[in-house]
Amino acid sequence: MPKNSTPPRWPGEIHAELRAANVRQVAYVPDAGHSELIRLCHADRAMRAVTLTTEEEGVALAAGAWLGGERSVLLMQSSGVGNCINMLALPQECRMPFLALVTMRGEWGEFNPWQVPMGRRTEAALEAAGVNVFRTDDVERIAETVRAGIGLAFHSYRPVAVLIGQRVIGTKQFVKAD
Amino acid sequence: MRKRIVLDRRETVAAILRDRGEALVVTGLGSPSWDVFAAGDSPRNFYLWGAMGGAAMTGLGLALAQPRRRVLVVTGDGEMLMGLGSLASIAAQRVPNLAIVVIDNEHYGETGMQPTHTRGGADLAATAKALGISRSATLRTRAELARWIPRLYRERGPVFVAIKVKTDPVPLKLPPRDGTWLRSRFREALLGAAAHE
Repeated sequence: MPKNSTPPRWPGEIHAELRAANVRQVAYVPDAGHSELIRLCHADRAMRAVTLTTEEEGVALAAGAWLGGERSVLLMQSSGVGNCINMLALPQECRMPFLALVTMRGEWGEFNPWQVPMGRRTEAALEAAGVNVFRTDDVERIAETVRAGIGLAFHSYRPVAVLIGQRVIGTKQFVKAD
Repeated sequence: MRKRIVLDRRETVAAILRDRGEALVVTGLGSPSWDVFAAGDSPRNFYLWGAMGGAAMTGLGLALAQPRRRVLVVTGDGEMLMGLGSLASIAAQRVPNLAIVVIDNEHYGETGMQPTHTRGGADLAATAKALGISRSATLRTRAELARWIPRLYRERGPVFVAIKVKTDPVPLKLPPRDGTWLRSRFREALLGAAAHE
């Protein structure tokens, strides 16, 4: 991201959507693209941020949270989707809400080739696992896409992943710009 | 020399659940689910039939959502070994109302009794402790079990015990396996009408 650009608004918009939907447990394996949202969730006393060692822990956590009457969200990057596949049987078979917000790697100008195999197959893998996928590459549509995902997940008891394109987030810089 | 294993899994689980009161119970797939069902079905039981490695984290989500209820996870050594990282995630949350019970027969019971790594010496209680769950122990005797059962329900969590049990076959007792029914039954028992909002 260019040095003097203003910070993006969309992490705050997602946080506001999660808050409005009364999402209480925010589980994550971090991604640079989610760092601002993670910071906002840690700072929000109405939310419990849960750091995971691997993403499928968040799928199980979401099931437990909802059994106990709370809503949760799983934040991860696209590489984490592969880790979740078998655990997704839990929300699928029990028809429980499940919401993941996935920041994409391995596509728009990716520098790290090792991100490409999973990034290229993230959407197909989620679809194959029975997850409803909403993707956006338009920064102006992130909030409404998340809102739509929240609706389908929590009102219709379905697994949902919202994919946020790498074009929106900006390509990770491995070399210092200056 | 390997210490002799004396505890029976069904008696052990029944003894633990006798004192459960209003506690919520999540079971790991396989024999621990059968053990908990055999001890007496309850709408406050949630039996996993899959999601291997996810029992402890399901318990964490539930415990965070229901801070006034005690949550007990009853799982097996194979299931716990698949989710060891979750013990670090749980320790970091310092969740006071969660107890994890591993019924450790040192084998994969549903797939032909192949030895697990606990048979080879992997120490689950020491692992839990090293990952930050300080109230953690391996139980081998009736006396140890009797001492720890009250702690599972009353001590500030997270609490972790691995209980060494015999591999003797036990009668097959299968709980219901329809996930939608199990989750609705559980939520109704816990949340009442709010379960359907």
